[in-house]
Amino acid sequence: MSHSEAMNSYSLVAEGLRKRFGETHALDGFDLAVREGMVCGLLGPNGAGKTTAVRILSTLLRADGGRATVAGLDVATQAAEVRRRIGLATQEPAVDEILTGRENLEMWGRLYHLSAKQARSRAQELLEQFGLAEAGNKRIKHYSGGMRRRLDLAATFIQAPRVLFLDEPTTGLDPRNRNDAWQAIRTLVAAGSTVLLTTQYLDEADQLADQIAVLREGRVIVEGTPDRLKSMIGGDRLDLVLRDARDLPEAGDILAAFGRPAVDPDTRRLTVSVTDRMSALSHVMRAMEAKGIEVEDISMRRPTLDEVFLKVTA
Amino acid sequence: MTYVLYDSWTIARTNLVHWRRNPTAIASGLLYPVVMVLLFGYVFGSAMAVAGADDYRDYLMPGMFGQTMAVGITSTLVVVTTQASYGVTDRYRSMPVSQAGVVLGRAISDMINSVLELAILVAAGLAVGWSWHNGPLNALAAIGLLLLLRFSLIWVGIFAGLKLTPEAAGASWMLLLPLTMVANTFVSPSQMPGWMAVPAEWNPLSATVAACRRLFGNKGWVGDSWASEHAMLLAVAWPVAITLVFLPLSARAYRRLSR
Ligand SMILES: Nc1ncnc2c1ncn2[C@@H]1O[C@H](COP(=O)(O)OP(=O)(O)OP(=O)(O)O)[C@@H](O)[C@H]1O
Ligand SMILES: [Mg+2]
Repeated sequence: MSHSEAMNSYSLVAEGLRKRFGETHALDGFDLAVREGMVCGLLGPNGAGKTTAVRILSTLLRADGGRATVAGLDVATQAAEVRRRIGLATQEPAVDEILTGRENLEMWGRLYHLSAKQARSRAQELLEQFGLAEAGNKRIKHYSGGMRRRLDLAATFIQAPRVLFLDEPTTGLDPRNRNDAWQAIRTLVAAGSTVLLTTQYLDEADQLADQIAVLREGRVIVEGTPDRLKSMIGGDRLDLVLRDARDLPEAGDILAAFGRPAVDPDTRRLTVSVTDRMSALSHVMRAMEAKGIEVEDISMRRPTLDEVFLKVTA
Repeated sequence: MTYVLYDSWTIARTNLVHWRRNPTAIASGLLYPVVMVLLFGYVFGSAMAVAGADDYRDYLMPGMFGQTMAVGITSTLVVVTTQASYGVTDRYRSMPVSQAGVVLGRAISDMINSVLELAILVAAGLAVGWSWHNGPLNALAAIGLLLLLRFSLIWVGIFAGLKLTPEAAGASWMLLLPLTMVANTFVSPSQMPGWMAVPAEWNPLSATVAACRRLFGNKGWVGDSWASEHAMLLAVAWPVAITLVFLPLSARAYRRLSR
C-alpha cells in the first residue's frame, strides 16, 4: 500500500446507521471506517443504500439511528462544521442550467467564500483541468451529459476538501474523460483528501480504492482491500479455452481435480480457481496433451472484483 | 455569520442573471401588469362605478399595484420549487453557505424585481390619467407599504415553494387570483354579498390598498368596519405578522429539506 501506516486516524466513521423510507429500510445498521487519506469504494447493487449513506454522511439527510463522524465531527450535531470540510458530487449532476460553466464555478467559488478575483482564477484553472476551457462560456443547457458531469466534479474540487464524497462520479463519461476524472481524484488524494466513492464500475474501484465495502440491503456485507476481497473468493483463476466445444466435458473432468470449474460453452472457456499456480499449469498442460485435447489459450489471472461482487451480492 | 451578506449577494446576483435570461418571465412580469391596467381601466372600467369615486381609473390603480405585489408570490414560488427539484439546492446544502444567506438572496433579488415592476406600473398609471394628490412624500410612503407587502409574501412563497412540486406551484395562481379579487382591489366590498364582504375587508391586500388610496389621495369607497377604519395600521401589521410567521418557517423548511 502506498499510504503510510502512520496516518492511522479515521476521517470517516459510521456506526449502525439506520434510515427508513416508509417500508423500505434503505440503511439497516451501516458500519464503515475509513482512515485519513484513503479512498474507500462503496459497491452494491441498485437500491442497496449507497446514495442514502452518502447523503447522511454529507449532512443532507438525517439518520433515524446510529451515529457518524466526518473529519472527527458529528454529522448530526456539527453539520455546519462538517460542511466546511467536505466536497460532494451527487449522483445527478447539480449544476445551474441557466448559467454558463464559468459562471457556475465562479458562483460556487464565491459561496466557498473566495474573493471575486480568486473565484475567477480558480474557475479558469478548473475549466482547463477538466477539458472545458472552450465550453466555459456556454450555458449548461447546451452541454452534453459528460460535460455536465465534468463541470459538476470541477465544482466539487473548488476547495481541496478534507473528505470528498463522490456518488457514481464517472457515470456517463467516455473512457478518456473517465481517465481524466480519475487523475483529478488522485491529485486530491495526493494532497491529503479522504474519498468515499460509490461506483457501478468495478474496475474504477480497483483503480482508485484502497479499501472496498460491498453494501447489500443497507448493510456492509464484505469489506477489505481489493486484494483481500479477491483472495477471499479463492486463489488465482486458471482460464482454459478449447479449440473444440466437444472436448469440454473431458477437460472439465481434468480441471475437477482443483474444484468445480465454471464452463461457458459459447466461448469454449473453462475457469477454475487454483492455489499453486505453476504446478497447476503444468499438470493441466500435460493432461490435455495426453488426452489429445487441443488448447487454444491458457492463462492464469487474479480474480476480478466483478467475480467478487457477483458472488457476495448473489 | 459574517458571510450572510456576501452569500446573499452572490445568490441574489445569480437569481437576477436567471431572470434576465428568461424572456417569458420578463414579459409576463413586466408586460402583464400593463395589459391588466389597460384591460381593467378601459374594458371593464367603462362599465364600472365605485361609490365615492369620480374616476374609476383613479380608484383602480392602487388596486392594481397591490394585486401585482400579491401575485408576485407565484414567481418566488415557481423559482424555489424548480431549483429545489434539480439538485442545485443539494449542493448549496452541502456547502458552508449560510442558510440565512440563501433565503435572503432570494428575497433581495425578488425585491429588485418588484421595484422594477412597480416602476413600470406607476408609469402605466400616469399614462392612463392616474396620479397622486397628496404630495411626493405620501406617495413614497404608499410605495413603501406596497413593497412591505411583497416582502412579507416572499417568505410565504419560499415556504410553499419548498413544500410543493413544480406542477402545483405553476397552478397556484388559480387559487391566488381569486384571493386578490375578494378584496377592495377592483370594486368596493360594499357591492359584494355580506358573506364575501367580511373576508374582503379583512384581506391583508385590502388593508394595503386602502392605505395606499388614502396616501395617494385617490378617492373611492371607504368602509366603516373596524378593518377599514384602521387600514393604515393593518397595512403595517399584516405584513409584519406574515413575516414573523413565515420567515422562520421558510428557514426551517429549507433546513429540513428531504429529511
Ligand atoms: N427519498 C426517498 N423516498 C423513498 N424511498 C427512497 C428514497 N431514497 C431512497 N429510497 C429507497 O431506499 C433504497 C436505497 O436507495 P439508494 O438511493 O440509497 O440506493 P443506491 O444504492 O444509491 O442505488 P443506485 O445504485 O440505484 O443509485 C431504495 O430502495 C430506494 O428506493
Ligand atoms: Mg445511488
